[in-house]
Amino acid sequence: MPAVSKGDGMRGLAVFISDIRNCKSKEAEIKRINKELANIRSKFKGDKALDGYSKKKYVCKLLFIFLLGHDIDFGHMEAVNLLSSNRYTEKQIGYLFISVLVNSNSELIRLINNAIKNDLASRNPTFMGLALHCIASVGSREMAEAFAGEIPKVLVAGDTMDSVKQSAALCLLRLYRTSPDLVPMGDWTSRVVHLLNDQHLGVVTAATSLITTLAQKNPEEFKTSVSLAVSRLSRIVTSASTDLQDYTYYFVPAPWLSVKLLRLLQCYPPPEDPAVRGRLTECLETILNKAQEPPKSKKVQHSNAKNAVLFEAISLIIHHDSEPNLLVRACNQLGQFLQHRETNLRYLALESMCTLASSEFSHEAVKTHIETVINALKTERDVSVRQRAVDLLYAMCDRSNAPQIVAEMLSYLETADYSIREEIVLKVAILAEKYAVDYTWYVDTILNLIRIAGDYVSEEVWYRVIQIVINRDDVQGYAAKTVFEALQAPACHENLVKVGGYILGEFGNLIAGDPRSSPLIQFNLLHSKFHLCSVPTRALLLSTYIKFVNLFPEVKPTIQDVLRSDSQLRNADVELQQRAVEYLRLSTVASTDILATVLEEMPPFPERESSILAKLKKKKGPSTVTDLEDTKRERSVDVNGGPEPAPASTSAVSTPSPSADLLGLGAAPPAPAGPPPSSSGGGLLVDVFSDSASVVAPLAPGSEDNFARFVCKNNGVLFENQLLQIGLKSEFRQNLGRMFIFYGNKTSTQFLNFTPTLICSDDLQPNILGFITKPVDPTVEGGAQVQQVVNIECVSDFTEAPVLNIQFRYGGTFQNVSVQLPITLNKFFQPTEMASQDFFQRWKQLSNPQQEVQNIFKAKHPMDTEVTKAKIIGFGSALLEEVDPNPANFVGAGIIHTKTTQIGCLLRLEPNLQAQMYRLTLRTSKEAVSQRLCELLSAQF
Amino acid sequence: MQFMLLFSRQGKLRLQKWYVPLSDKEKKKITRELVQTVLARKPKMCSFLEWRDLKIVYKRYASLYFCCAIEDQDNELITLEIIHRYVELLDKYFGSVCELDIIFNFEKAYFILDEFLLGGEVQETSKKNVLKAIEQADLLQESPKKTLSPIF
Repeated sequence: MPAVSKGDGMRGLAVFISDIRNCKSKEAEIKRINKELANIRSKFKGDKALDGYSKKKYVCKLLFIFLLGHDIDFGHMEAVNLLSSNRYTEKQIGYLFISVLVNSNSELIRLINNAIKNDLASRNPTFMGLALHCIASVGSREMAEAFAGEIPKVLVAGDTMDSVKQSAALCLLRLYRTSPDLVPMGDWTSRVVHLLNDQHLGVVTAATSLITTLAQKNPEEFKTSVSLAVSRLSRIVTSASTDLQDYTYYFVPAPWLSVKLLRLLQCYPPPEDPAVRGRLTECLETILNKAQEPPKSKKVQHSNAKNAVLFEAISLIIHHDSEPNLLVRACNQLGQFLQHRETNLRYLALESMCTLASSEFSHEAVKTHIETVINALKTERDVSVRQRAVDLLYAMCDRSNAPQIVAEMLSYLETADYSIREEIVLKVAILAEKYAVDYTWYVDTILNLIRIAGDYVSEEVWYRVIQIVINRDDVQGYAAKTVFEALQAPACHENLVKVGGYILGEFGNLIAGDPRSSPLIQFNLLHSKFHLCSVPTRALLLSTYIKFVNLFPEVKPTIQDVLRSDSQLRNADVELQQRAVEYLRLSTVASTDILATVLEEMPPFPERESSILAKLKKKKGPSTVTDLEDTKRERSVDVNGGPEPAPASTSAVSTPSPSADLLGLGAAPPAPAGPPPSSSGGGLLVDVFSDSASVVAPLAPGSEDNFARFVCKNNGVLFENQLLQIGLKSEFRQNLGRMFIFYGNKTSTQFLNFTPTLICSDDLQPNILGFITKPVDPTVEGGAQVQQVVNIECVSDFTEAPVLNIQFRYGGTFQNVSVQLPITLNKFFQPTEMASQDFFQRWKQLSNPQQEVQNIFKAKHPMDTEVTKAKIIGFGSALLEEVDPNPANFVGAGIIHTKTTQIGCLLRLEPNLQAQMYRLTLRTSKEAVSQRLCELLSAQF
Repeated sequence: MQFMLLFSRQGKLRLQKWYVPLSDKEKKKITRELVQTVLARKPKMCSFLEWRDLKIVYKRYASLYFCCAIEDQDNELITLEIIHRYVELLDKYFGSVCELDIIFNFEKAYFILDEFLLGGEVQETSKKNVLKAIEQADLLQESPKKTLSPIF
């Protein structure tokens, strides 16, 4: 028994622990424990009042017994008594017992809360610390009710000790997690944000955790934390390794705090203030640079801490997804780690690259590492690392590398661990479908899947292959031939019999001309498997047989014999018996015509989300790395503070009149016959520039008007008919923009196969780029609203706006709607303030006739000064007061930001009230820009 | 962090700290499952694994396994160093800590952990500050006893 070195030892406790350790058997241990429990019980019940030390000792013994895994049903009262002891040591044990063994006994909770209240009010920092630790450990709703109002005061009070502040911050965080409704937001929130500036790094560390959690739910309230976090981070990453003293960990300055600050910044989009943004970019670059420096220590703690910060920085870069340069650097860094000798780093690099693969900017860079990742799949000794490699291959897969990746996954499947086989099967099935250019490849791949891992091929997978074969007549003959060949194998998986039976029953006639696969041979082949199969497969085969009766009249007698046999007609299974009886009867009584009608080829399946994808999502849960599209969607929702308020139909935009509604419907004719659009990817990645964009509806009536409404504003309803409402919220910064599109299903029926596509006309595409960042779920429930994000980049000035085409199925009809997305050149305006003198000096500089465009036009709206001002500001330029000598005129100035250049713009609007006319003059350094801005703005008055 | 477990190579639980509300039954089930999973892993394997919808970060020090469960967005490497810093704190306090120290002074191990982590988040990363808090508490423990001694 080691001597207890510090504090006051409890000898009785040490003896008891030794005794337990010396027990030779579980029985002996239980006996010793029961003896001790009896002893403690009698002490607690005894007449003699126990002194504090004994009480503490016995409570501690009870705690030990509990931690050994035994139930404890008494002693709580004694522990609560210890809380009100004046001796720290006794109080501390009391609190520990309560923290570990919370009891929902409400009587006790009241007593405990009372004791905590006293300690919080004691102004003794150690007692306050204990009380706060206890609240943070228990974190129950009752405690939140009692203290959630109190703790913020402790946290921001000027005279609170640093250590108490730290505990208070995390205590509040815990309460907020359990009962967010009970933590009142208020004046304290802004004071908490300023703790990011605190001198004590421990306080900053604790506060950052709290702020991060609060900011996720209330982004607006904690917005100011962004610039504070950036400057704090900047000070840390640029500090010398000794500057932060004890907060430097193995030569890495404040790694925990750095990680937390980077995490906090992931609650927000990139900072809007260019200075803050620049500083953050510098920080991230410094972190990336440091990764290339030689290590300051050989200790793994040094590299772990350094890389923890690096990985968090990369997460932030991916989250912002706006700096191509940083994204590519991050990818290269991760590429180095893929071959690192530390397994941990390889694992994390694979994981992190998965998210990088979904960014447009770094997808290509990730793809360059394909060989390394495939190699990892083959050589990694740890299954969890191999799993990450599978995930990454799945994430980096696109049309260009799909055949290679699918082949590698298939070959890995032969030796893969059982625990991950089913998931690989699902992934292969999804990739094969999503990137199939040639459906024979798809059929081969799925049959290979069944051959290699038949047991792991779920129903969804083989249902899907049948759906696809039935819907695509170009592959039916090939499928029939291939399943026929695969069935020749002496031992084949039952799933293959199912697929083979179904496909031959439908399309066996396509190969019946070949004497090697004549009707009889086909039938005998299938029937040779019959007795080995389970009941559902046999039932399926019986249906195949009756289909054969229709397809091949020459085998009808053979099949009737089989159906007539006792093993069928008198089968103990009621389903098999019934099928045999009915099919036999059908084959005898029905005429050829009736048979042909009843047993006609299956009609095409309605297009729907691949059930396989749904299965993978279900299997992996909603918050996994694999399901990149979902993960990203969730994140961006976080950024914007949860579900956005729906653009209500009562907003300023007037609802189209009933007649317009009808027209709106008329504009969406049923789909033209032929294969439904995007049959290759129900619910999969929407490739916005793919050639497969099918027939696009003409622009919806009224969409032009709505478009004009958005020139001077960013939010509102863009389109509405009886079925669908499309709302927008957008934000623009310099040459970048982000548009949130909300699709509302106004009906009570679900929309199926809901596919929005963004179309940028050819001459526009190089100048204005729009990317749908993730697809929406192809099913939109009745009354539901779904959100989609479009990222926009203005490369150079442009006139045409991208078109949003939406196709979906409502009831039995196909709907097709197109609207212009209101992305106009003026969205990339940054206002510029300037004095009168400067304005006219520049005005004169732009006197070249090509630089000026003027329009004189009649007012379409009442000429109201305030409305006009608001429109000019909404247009994006600064409204310059007291510049024009005539106060009735309006002048504005701003800069259009494109990726390639910046264009300075000046404008002047002269109203003539008498004539109800305007004269608008635009002067910019580029004629096309002057022209376009003039057009856009003229239409506003 | 959702919870931290310390267990021996023989699978005996030495310390458990839960930062999410769970029933005793659920805690026991999780512990049993995780101890099994982690003990079954080979020495050179990676320190992270996916488990249910959580990420497990673990590391072995001599005969003891330290195992933390973190959430999807949490940082694995920094969690590994949380474990290391905790081991350093124990080591400094007990003077080259061993499993027995933690068995016999489990309450101290809890106190140190509470100073370092609170509600599942790092409260204080400075070794000096954490130990100062613990030592102050130890002083408080000793002083009242001295004043009491004449009575006995």
